[in-house]
Amino acid sequence: MTLAAEVINLEKDYMLGAVPVQALRGVSIEFPRGDFVAIMGSSGSGKSTLLNLLGALDRPTRGKYIVAGRDVSQMTDDELSTIRNEKIGFIFQSYNLIPQYTVLENIEVPMHYRTGYPRIGPLQQKRIQELAELVGLGERLDHRPFQLSGGQQQRVAIARALVNDPEIILADEPTGNLDSKTEHEIMEMLLRLNREGRTIIMVTHEPAVARLAKRQIYMKDGLIAGEGIFPG
Amino acid sequence: MPNLFRTAQLALKSLMLHKLRSGLTMLGIVFGVFSVIAMLAIGEGASQQAQQQVLALGATNIIVRSVKPPRENASQQNQNSFVLRYGLKRVDYDLLSMTIPTVLQAVPIRELMKACRYLHREMNCRIVGCSPEYLDMNHLDLAQGRFISDKDRREKTNVCVLASGTADELFQYTDPLGQSVKIADRRYTVVGITKAREASAAIGGSMSGQEYNQDIYIPLETMRVRMGDLDIDRRQGSFSAEEVELNQITLRITDVDQVMPTADVIRESLQQNHRTANDYSVVVPQELLKQAAQIRVIFNVVLGSIAAISLIVGGIGIMNIMLATVTERTREIGIRRALGAKQHDITMQFLTETIVLAGSGGLIGVLLGLSTPLVFDGLKVVAEKFFFEGGGASEFSEMFTNLNPKIVPSSLPLAFGISVGIGVIFGLYPARSAASLDPIEALRHE
Ligand SMILES: Nc1ncnc2c1ncn2[C@@H]1O[C@H](COP(=O)(O)OP(=O)(O)OP(=O)(O)O)[C@@H](O)[C@H]1O
Ligand SMILES: [Mg+2]
Repeated sequence: MTLAAEVINLEKDYMLGAVPVQALRGVSIEFPRGDFVAIMGSSGSGKSTLLNLLGALDRPTRGKYIVAGRDVSQMTDDELSTIRNEKIGFIFQSYNLIPQYTVLENIEVPMHYRTGYPRIGPLQQKRIQELAELVGLGERLDHRPFQLSGGQQQRVAIARALVNDPEIILADEPTGNLDSKTEHEIMEMLLRLNREGRTIIMVTHEPAVARLAKRQIYMKDGLIAGEGIFPG
Repeated sequence: MPNLFRTAQLALKSLMLHKLRSGLTMLGIVFGVFSVIAMLAIGEGASQQAQQQVLALGATNIIVRSVKPPRENASQQNQNSFVLRYGLKRVDYDLLSMTIPTVLQAVPIRELMKACRYLHREMNCRIVGCSPEYLDMNHLDLAQGRFISDKDRREKTNVCVLASGTADELFQYTDPLGQSVKIADRRYTVVGITKAREASAAIGGSMSGQEYNQDIYIPLETMRVRMGDLDIDRRQGSFSAEEVELNQITLRITDVDQVMPTADVIRESLQQNHRTANDYSVVVPQELLKQAAQIRVIFNVVLGSIAAISLIVGGIGIMNIMLATVTERTREIGIRRALGAKQHDITMQFLTETIVLAGSGGLIGVLLGLSTPLVFDGLKVVAEKFFFEGGGASEFSEMFTNLNPKIVPSSLPLAFGISVGIGVIFGLYPARSAASLDPIEALRHE
């Protein structure tokens, strides 16, 4: 079984003035390819911090993060950007679409930053179109984010996360701002992506949502507190 | 490097989101570029004007003029009957024309202001006693008839040649040729009329900038015999008299290279005859030309600096707006970074926006700059209407109305280039600060 990603003794300190805040205090997890992990835990337990490190948005203070066989903790800023662009797709709680761009243009953004800046040709345009249809927005390609509902915006974000065909999808409370019906639709979509072989790591506060994942990891005070379904 | 065209397109799109803001920001550069082009055009126009005026004096000429010496003491000034004797003498003329080999030709003239009359029409004219060479030397052309001849000089005939302005003023309906004009109680037969000519540069001496349009030319010898050397002025109840033999000697030098050395010789020679008084001046058009070139450099530096300051102010405006834009779009920057944008990509994005902004401003500025002569013409009309009204042509207003801005072709790409450069310089800091934002913090930004 190959690993999509692996963290070993990951620590992250934030400096608050002179006092270091230990957001992560030694976290080790293996993420096999095709895994679907839900990360749970109380507020301030370090879930987002972990997800940011997994997303190569930041470097750990100590410990290792290995993705695609390479240690991310030693990478330069440009290399981190490349990892984010090629290996990882982000889905945020607040969608994070670019407001002045249309649906089509938003989905396109990660393509612009591919290594070597290749042209966006007809093939790529076809892919964008297909992704938009996949998330059910084939009819709204030239709408802007403010013209869309929350659920629709999150679907654009999912299409955007997929556009460079990453191995890992990271989602920080992807349904946190949505009603239960829309939440269900988004989860259906993630489950389908997982069935197609993509590794998904998702932070959530909702047990009902977490239950849909293959694994649940509980965090407390910057450490893994437990794993499995509802260990009390 | 990402596709440049695509980056520029994106930049344009972002700028179009805030049309008013982008437009106002651009204005700073527009006016900066416009003023660079306009200032250089005015400077160029002024220097060409000066050059033409100087060249009109003749590049191979040296002009020696009588200068009224400053009054030595107040007691003399108070005496009403006092004959002031000064200026060039006929012996000076003999000295200059005979003894200096590089002097090809020496043309003496005498000038007096006199009232002239034809029938009931009267005007104040500059009476110029001169020789036939005067015509060529001053680049005058005849419109009708002939000029003063050597025969006129020898025989001291009572003939005169009118400048076009004089002819128009005195003779409105009749053909002046053959008529007689009355100057200082004597009649002179009109034998010729010159064409109009632009005034020449101010050369110091008794007259600033020579106007050729209110002249009457008569033979020098006739003038000496009929009017004498003494000029008595009884205006304003006071009495003053001046005795001047010659007002000007124009010397034509064999060739251009000899002008400067000859000027030195002339200065030395005249020194002998005028030890006590400083009552003449030697004007060398070539020297004036050099001065004009120097003044032009100073002019360009000063005007250029003013324009540069306005460009810098424009640049600061751009920087200010770009800093605000970066703050406003912090979240967007975070999103792009999360999706794989490198710091360099973000820098380029904002830098391109600034350059597009400054470049479009520059382009508009260049177009505006091209209209400088038109704008200046408009300015002249306004100025004449409101400022120079009625007061007659002062020296300044005349210079102003005669000034025609000449666009310096190289100033167009120069000004445009500077505007783009301003975009780069003032865009770099905001762009760098955008790129160095922490992705996580930027994403969290509201
Ligand atoms: N940039 C930062 N500077 C200082 N402290 C930080 C920073 N980011 C996070 N922290 C601290 O690290 C700890 C973990 O924060 P984190 O955002 O990972 O929690 P979380 O589990 O995602 O919480 P929530 O469920 O509320 O989103 C918190 O105590 C937080 O205050
Ligand atoms: Mg969180």
